[in-house]
Amino acid sequence: MRAILECRTLNKKYANLVALNNVNLTIERGKIIGLLGPNGSGKTTLIKLINGLLVPSSGEILIDGKKPGPETKRIVSYLPERTYLPDWMKVADAISFFEDFYSDFDKGKCMDMLKRLNLNPGMRLKNLSKGTKEKVQLILVMSRQADLYCLDEPIGGVDPAARDYILNTIISNYNENASVIISTHLIADIEKVLDEFIFIKDGNITVHASVDDVRSREGKSIDTLFREVFRC
Amino acid sequence: MWELDSERPVYIQLIEKLKADIISGYYKPGDKLPSVRELAAQALVNPNTMQKALSELERTGLIYTHRTSGRFITSDESIIRKLKEEAAVEQVREFTSSMKQLGFKPDQIIELVAKLLKDEGNQEV
Repeated sequence: MRAILECRTLNKKYANLVALNNVNLTIERGKIIGLLGPNGSGKTTLIKLINGLLVPSSGEILIDGKKPGPETKRIVSYLPERTYLPDWMKVADAISFFEDFYSDFDKGKCMDMLKRLNLNPGMRLKNLSKGTKEKVQLILVMSRQADLYCLDEPIGGVDPAARDYILNTIISNYNENASVIISTHLIADIEKVLDEFIFIKDGNITVHASVDDVRSREGKSIDTLFREVFRC
Repeated sequence: MWELDSERPVYIQLIEKLKADIISGYYKPGDKLPSVRELAAQALVNPNTMQKALSELERTGLIYTHRTSGRFITSDESIIRKLKEEAAVEQVREFTSSMKQLGFKPDQIIELVAKLLKDEGNQEV
């Protein structure tokens, strides 16, 4: 099957800054991939390019063989680091919003997951705790039948139990036709969920490998490897 | 509880845990296993990795897939007995190796084990 994401000598430059430098990357379907790197390494730039929120300076980025546009936005489900849902919205409003916007939104699945959280859909987002808000957002994003999920820091700033819940949700929604890109700092928590990981440093991809391959070759966790590679 | 350490490949640890569950009788011969996705969600690991572990167990005959109804533990008790023996031998090897490193001779080791087991037996009574 065709790779879900392909980047070919992808560059993104700003006046004084190279955000992405000659990125070559292929992501196959059915994988959960970690996008790992320090702040400012280019992770969010790459995710925004995937979602058509930025345009490449040069090179190509293809989602399911197509350039970013309305057709690819239909098959990519994006969880940004900071929510774009207004605080005054009730959970029910957010659900209707997703329903209106996305034809692949599975309302039944969404309601199921929210029910298990004992969440009243009448609650306003601003009255939810941070952890609960994160869970709600993830549920909305994962309730779409997308081919590529881009999750930017999905477990940041929440307690360990909530992290486990979020990882459980990601795993339970897995299907072999779709891939999930998780961009995060919290490597130790997620590495056993990943098929592969990518190290990105100053806009360059330095490693793209399988978690288990690295563990058996190096006898280290990806977290340990990260600390070595990105030592300050 | 799936306690996985971070330095060793995940799939190897999953195989070990599933084997341990079979040996302990948590999964009995002929029992149906949960789906790959359920197991992966329980262990909080990637479903592909869980699949890899299950395939390996299938290869060695510990589990088999029934075309429509899912995965089952083998009903062949001799296979499970052999698994138990292998695990036991491994434990004994590790133990005797450590004891030898501490300077104990074989008959001292046997004496010590016999005494400790007897004491434990007495305590339980």
